[in-house]
Amino acid sequence: MSSASRIGLIVALAAVIAAPVAWLAHKHDEPRPVTHLVVPAETVRLIDPDPQQLRVCADPNNVPFSNARGEGFENAIAAVVAHDLGKTLSYFWLPQRRGFVRNSLNAGVCDVIMGVPAGYDLVRTTRAYYRSSYVFVSPAGQRPIRTFDDPALRTLTVGIPITGDDYENPPPAMALAARHLMANVRGYPVYGDYSQPAPQRVVIDDVGAGRIDVAVVWGPIGGYFARRSRTPLRVTPVSPQRDADAGPFTFAIAMGVRRSDTELAQALDQVLQRRRTEIASILRQFGVPLVETGAGS
Amino acid sequence: MIRTGRTATIRAWMVVGLSCALVAACRHDAERVDAAAQQPAPKDTSNAPLLQAPTSSGATAPGQPPGFKLVDSNLPNGEWRTPMGDVAGLRYSPLQQITTANVKNLRPITTLATGVARGHEGQPLVFDNTMYVVTPFPNNLIAVDLTKPGGAIKWIYQPHPDPRAMGIACCDVVNRGAAFANGKIIYSLLDGNVVGVDAAKGNEVWRTKVGDINRGETLTAAPLVVKGKAIVGNSGGELGVRGYVAALDVDSGKLLWRAYNTGPDTDVRVASDFHAFYPKDQGKDAAVTSWGRDQWKLGGSTVWGWITYDPETNLFFYGTGNPGVWNPDLRPGDNRWSTAIMARDGDSGELKWAYQLTRNDAWDYDEIMENILVDMQFNGRSRKLLIHPGRTGFVFVMDRITGELLSAEPFEPVNWADGFDLKTGQAKENPSKRPKMHYTAEGVCPSSTGAKEFVPSAFSPRTGLLYIPAHNTCMDYEGTEANYIAGTPYLGASVKMYPGPGGYQGELVAWDVAHAKKIWSVKETELPVYSGVLATGGDVVFYGTMDGWFRAIDAHTGAQLWQFHTASGIVGNPITYVGPDGKQYVAIYSGVGGWMGVSAFPTISADDPYAALGTVGAMAVIKKYTAPGDTVYVFGF
Repeated sequence: MSSASRIGLIVALAAVIAAPVAWLAHKHDEPRPVTHLVVPAETVRLIDPDPQQLRVCADPNNVPFSNARGEGFENAIAAVVAHDLGKTLSYFWLPQRRGFVRNSLNAGVCDVIMGVPAGYDLVRTTRAYYRSSYVFVSPAGQRPIRTFDDPALRTLTVGIPITGDDYENPPPAMALAARHLMANVRGYPVYGDYSQPAPQRVVIDDVGAGRIDVAVVWGPIGGYFARRSRTPLRVTPVSPQRDADAGPFTFAIAMGVRRSDTELAQALDQVLQRRRTEIASILRQFGVPLVETGAGS
Repeated sequence: MIRTGRTATIRAWMVVGLSCALVAACRHDAERVDAAAQQPAPKDTSNAPLLQAPTSSGATAPGQPPGFKLVDSNLPNGEWRTPMGDVAGLRYSPLQQITTANVKNLRPITTLATGVARGHEGQPLVFDNTMYVVTPFPNNLIAVDLTKPGGAIKWIYQPHPDPRAMGIACCDVVNRGAAFANGKIIYSLLDGNVVGVDAAKGNEVWRTKVGDINRGETLTAAPLVVKGKAIVGNSGGELGVRGYVAALDVDSGKLLWRAYNTGPDTDVRVASDFHAFYPKDQGKDAAVTSWGRDQWKLGGSTVWGWITYDPETNLFFYGTGNPGVWNPDLRPGDNRWSTAIMARDGDSGELKWAYQLTRNDAWDYDEIMENILVDMQFNGRSRKLLIHPGRTGFVFVMDRITGELLSAEPFEPVNWADGFDLKTGQAKENPSKRPKMHYTAEGVCPSSTGAKEFVPSAFSPRTGLLYIPAHNTCMDYEGTEANYIAGTPYLGASVKMYPGPGGYQGELVAWDVAHAKKIWSVKETELPVYSGVLATGGDVVFYGTMDGWFRAIDAHTGAQLWQFHTASGIVGNPITYVGPDGKQYVAIYSGVGGWMGVSAFPTISADDPYAALGTVGAMAVIKKYTAPGDTVYVFGF
């Protein structure tokens, strides 16, 4: 791993520097001035975390996680962490799509990603600071669905984020496919409609409006948007926590830094320990369904 | 909009050679040029018999044997006005000044830095003594005055596309070139807009939003102009967009129609007289019923490759990309019209026939490759052919009027299927090589990058040979590791690609179309051939390598005649033209990138064999050979 770390150290800044523009403020169908385009000359340099700032790599339009207005729980946690470390908080905004780690963290333009799966291979992960679960979201008045083996799923219209990436799809899609239940599935892009202020909200809104009977989404998304639904909705973690076909429905979430940044990772580990009460409070405040650490896998 | 004189990001042309003399009187006088050129006697080869038996009168290529009829009589004989050279997609120029005998004397005449060190796919256009270069994102258009010594920038049009598009494009921020019509350069911007730019002045005449990056759509393909309309296709199948072609009026940019590749017959614009040759491809609303419920809405099947057109039958042709949603179990059914060849009416865009190459794609075998149109003898009959060298590893030869599959023979190691049943049009699949749930397919050949990529082949009517830029990589679907997008965690499948059997990774294949077999090839040991190909009337074939070599080989034998090492890997397509001095030139982009080439970028770690959608495993060596570049090279005498 030491050679891998070294390679991680030297990165040419060929990546595009997208300035923290107000991603949401513009009308997307008109041409607009661009603050930064392409860095013409490649600069080879050592990347070290900024000593003065906590530079966070974040999606500018993905509540409940983060947005450019600071309205996500990752924004709130980042503020706690920065304060604890005595650093100012700054952001590098980039949609969390393919190449996100490469074009943000590993391009050296920011130093930490607030939420990645524990053990995520592309980065060095800190200790996990919460574990959540995929959840069923259904109208409060109806019998809740808890498991993919519920016979009701044969007839209900099920909405799931389905797009996936890198040749795979989220676990609910896999679980339904393995049970041959795709006939009643309505797929939604994981990324949602990025022109909207809450791109991933639509699947939950569709449950509220009765356009679909039940949604199965990642816990933080279900918990946050269900609270904002005009129709009362019920959020139920998928049970059991592991499926023979789809793998785990629960994931532990950590922060991610460059593989070489062991010191920053250690510092963050300590912050997460020191501030665990505040962080847990933020997560509850945002409706993140929490699963006991150590449960599941 | 900056049009003239601004060189903020563009370095000036540098004169490398001295011989670009200005002889304006000779411009475009191709016949005179040809007559003046030394023409070697065509070599007698075993390929000659296939070009017997004239089919009809019509346009001919100089030196072309009888029996072959050009679909597009406007060959790029001195200019290069269409992305593929002509609308039939031959990538063949009859120019004969550069010959097998004198090509060894080629040398760089001039170079241009575009200022954008990303993958330079596509090719410039050349006409009216001007070269037009579209850069990767930010998609600047550079007009170069070829009458000035070394070339001089006339103007740079900067469209300022939405920078968010960069976060959405799957595999580098490329552009595959522009089209020209009615005084306008027409091309797509990564952010979903298409622009028409005044070819003389460089001002934007119109800009039309066609794709929506908020839904994951980008535009990377080159348009094709058909009867006053620019036909454009979308990209982004990985993100669950819905593929289509759209037609824009070349003068106003007005969107005339949009024809989807998935969905109800009305959305697909299925013609009332639609007739697929095979029963498997027939049926009302086939692009709805061949998916699980509603999956067609995220069905991918985009159009990011090449479009060709047959003026006689008024049909245009293109191939579609992989179906949306990676896992084939999530979209039960054949998933029409993903991985299909589509034939549409040149006026209305209505679908006349379609043929799906692979059903329920499980390998990511996009089939957006070029469909080359030729009229020639095949199996003893003169046929109107469509030739599609496919990502699947087969060369498909079809009757382009009926959509009948006449031949499908492999040009690289293939094991996902044993061939095609010409009676049913179905692949003879090897079930052990189909990835699915509960089953890990290993050693699947070709890999998801295919036996070739979008980089276009060339066809020479003088040899009857198709020159295919090919890859030889295989893959394993394996492992599960935590992944996430947009805050959502899941287990990611891993696709690891590695060189296929035979000890080579790239190959330029000379394919005898009439006899459906490989005649010879030029192998590249360590890297795929990821550049387009050009064939010329001088019987010289040009192509580039990912480690930067630009090569000329003998169109008959494959013998290497000349090579030059450019600054970066080549993933663009060579073109040839006659300069204002009456001399023949060859131009090529040098700037590695694209899905496979992106591994050359310093920020992609060679330690991660799964990066860049799995291609890093096959491409780990590329950093040893090349680095990003941004140069247009012009070669001549």
